[in-house]
Amino acid sequence: MAALINVPAKARRGDAIEIRTLTSHIMETGFRRTMDGAVVPRDIITSFTCRYNGTEIFRADLFPAIAANPYLSFFTVAKESGKFEFEWIGDNGYSSTASASITVE
Amino acid sequence: MPTTRRQFLGLAGSVTVIPIVTLRPVDATPAMLNAAIRNVVGEAPIRAGRIKLDIPPLVENGNTVPMMVSVASPMTTEDYVKSIHVFNEKNPQPNVGNFYLNPASGRAQITTRIRLADTQKVVAIARLSDDSFWQVTADVVVTLAACTEEVN
Repeated sequence: MAALINVPAKARRGDAIEIRTLTSHIMETGFRRTMDGAVVPRDIITSFTCRYNGTEIFRADLFPAIAANPYLSFFTVAKESGKFEFEWIGDNGYSSTASASITVE
Repeated sequence: MPTTRRQFLGLAGSVTVIPIVTLRPVDATPAMLNAAIRNVVGEAPIRAGRIKLDIPPLVENGNTVPMMVSVASPMTTEDYVKSIHVFNEKNPQPNVGNFYLNPASGRAQITTRIRLADTQKVVAIARLSDDSFWQVTADVVVTLAACTEEVN
């Protein structure tokens, strides 16, 4: 699925950098009903993880109160050049990944 | 057993006193919110301060409300924020999100967008590395509610 990742391409070693992520997902709450009264089953992303060169640096548990197309931003210290890997896991076996690279000087 | 006027008034008096006593300790927050918070915090005391919650006081559309939580912390290996937990008062579920940080985060700040089903209170709690808990609450007025509308 489509994801937008915003990571600075370059950073100074030791700086705290902001990572912004956006992924497309309906985040159906499971509390809505159709016109004829049937509950629309829940379909949300329940977990988000970010790894920096293999080490987990940020994790989040998401609930139905997170808006559709979940946006998350957080910080990490730029320690070495390499790769950020992002993973979203959700209901009905949903799984999606993305990655971004950074040069640290 | 005959009921005297004095006994009757005594009973009526005790009945009216009970709700006041039970409402006070929970500080007018619904039981579900309290239970969700206790589920994370346990019996530890929750203090006010150190944590900041940026959320608009009035929102047009509860379907997507920007929210930023930050904690005043040096983020060193000795003193850092372990996690940030966000709760709400009147959505169908009290949890909004749990966010796990570590010393390598550099700055204890997260941003996301949330849903609010009604005008209500939003609570953010930070757990620091010494396992102390810090809380902040914000009141948000919502004009168009999220979550509960019909699907066409």
